[in-house]
Amino acid sequence: MAYLPFLDRSHSVAGPGFSRWMVPPAALCIHLCIGQAYAFSVFNLPMTKLIGITQSAPNDWKLTELGWIFSIAIFVLGTSAAIFGRWVEEGGPRQAMFTAGLCWALGFFISAIGVYAHNLWIVYLGYGIFGGIGLGIGYISPVSTLIKWFPDRPGMATGMAIMGFGGAAFIASPLSVWLMAHYSTATHVGVAETFITLGVIYLVFMWVGAAIVRIPAPGWKPEGYTPPIVEQKLITKNDVYVYDAIKTPQFWLIWWVLCLNVTAGIGVLGQASAMSQEMFPGKVSVVAAAGFVGLLSLFNMLGRFFWASTSDYIGRKNTYICFFALGTVLYCLVPYTGSIGSVALFVLCFVIIMSMYGGGFATVPAYLKDMFGTRYVGAIHGWLITAWSAAGVFGPVLVNYIRQYQIDNGVPKAQAYNVTMFVMAGLLVIGFICNWLIKAVDQRFHMRPDHEAVRAQMAVDAAGEPAGA
Amino acid sequence: MADQKQDGTTALHLILAWGWVGIPLAWGVIQTLQNAMKLFQ
Repeated sequence: MAYLPFLDRSHSVAGPGFSRWMVPPAALCIHLCIGQAYAFSVFNLPMTKLIGITQSAPNDWKLTELGWIFSIAIFVLGTSAAIFGRWVEEGGPRQAMFTAGLCWALGFFISAIGVYAHNLWIVYLGYGIFGGIGLGIGYISPVSTLIKWFPDRPGMATGMAIMGFGGAAFIASPLSVWLMAHYSTATHVGVAETFITLGVIYLVFMWVGAAIVRIPAPGWKPEGYTPPIVEQKLITKNDVYVYDAIKTPQFWLIWWVLCLNVTAGIGVLGQASAMSQEMFPGKVSVVAAAGFVGLLSLFNMLGRFFWASTSDYIGRKNTYICFFALGTVLYCLVPYTGSIGSVALFVLCFVIIMSMYGGGFATVPAYLKDMFGTRYVGAIHGWLITAWSAAGVFGPVLVNYIRQYQIDNGVPKAQAYNVTMFVMAGLLVIGFICNWLIKAVDQRFHMRPDHEAVRAQMAVDAAGEPAGA
Repeated sequence: MADQKQDGTTALHLILAWGWVGIPLAWGVIQTLQNAMKLFQ
């Protein structure tokens, strides 16, 4: 059973008259908080001046040391989503959201102690480990619930939640800057107080989500909805057990599809400001470059909703075909925009690329549901998130090292990104092939009534408590 | 056992729930758009 009875799956079953449109805001309560991770960089510079205040003192933390906080959190996100995926799935969304809120807030509180004591290891433990666990559990917690509430529009439903993750930085970034300015004095940088305030806000916000969320009663379906009678090859009506799913080639092909799509996008996102200024010297100022980064983030968010919703109509495989085919063309076009000096065309290319980067994240839960069924989709999604962790390392490293190699070999800065763009296009071609190879899962992987997980769940249902809890 | 008590959602519930997440998000998007406009100035 859950550590608190009201968090049990059995206590979160929707009663008659409950509107399924209450569930997306519940999911957004989680994703709008944990997506703060994208805005963590706003703390980097202030955290290099905790002792020196106006400028870094010799004992202050270095940017390279601070970079590890985000890297640890993203690594723990992937591993915890994989490890706790089954627990999240079987224990229900309320318990998972409550725990995610607790871990996420604890991450901030512990980090505040680390800042106060000026001990970076405590910050690694706080934001990196506890925050990372909150990220991992929180990210997957509403996925299967949304899919069950919206069997007619699973892409749109999960797209809405994952859009929140992309949009969270819009709130966190200005809020953090404002809070730090509010708490700072002539002799003190207000990072610790900002962490505590954010921790409290996020705890309340996420627990509201946990209170609102419901799971549909067994056998519930939307009014007027009839499941499609014509069998679609790439949409299964069977469930695949989480540990069987990761043995299938389909899982690993989707893993590479996500990893390559994210690798191409994440590297560019991290370098967007510098790239726009270096490709268009004299045309794009520092302020304009910051505006460009904001625009990319906006399209990253909007693309999550747009592409995931579109995938309900054109199919997941076709959606990824769009990402990889169009993405390849656009990446190849970027060096041309630099050569003709067209900032507008350059911006247009990248906002579309970023929309597809976000769309890749948001469409993948529905892709998994199509391939492996709804029963363990959250847990399988948890395992898939490791592709994001891997891409988080590959992407920036590829972009940075290729650029540096070009500059070291005498290539002008304005052209130093050309090879990178062609490499990214090459990655998308590989992603296209992986996506093309995806076929329906072999029926030997489908769960049968005598499957150990089915028997365990039946025993648990009979006892009124969730399995694995 | 499943909790099958009456769980009716009113329009007010929906407005509150969507407002709770929508207002901060809209504020953040407006802030970002204002910054993004500098790209075209």
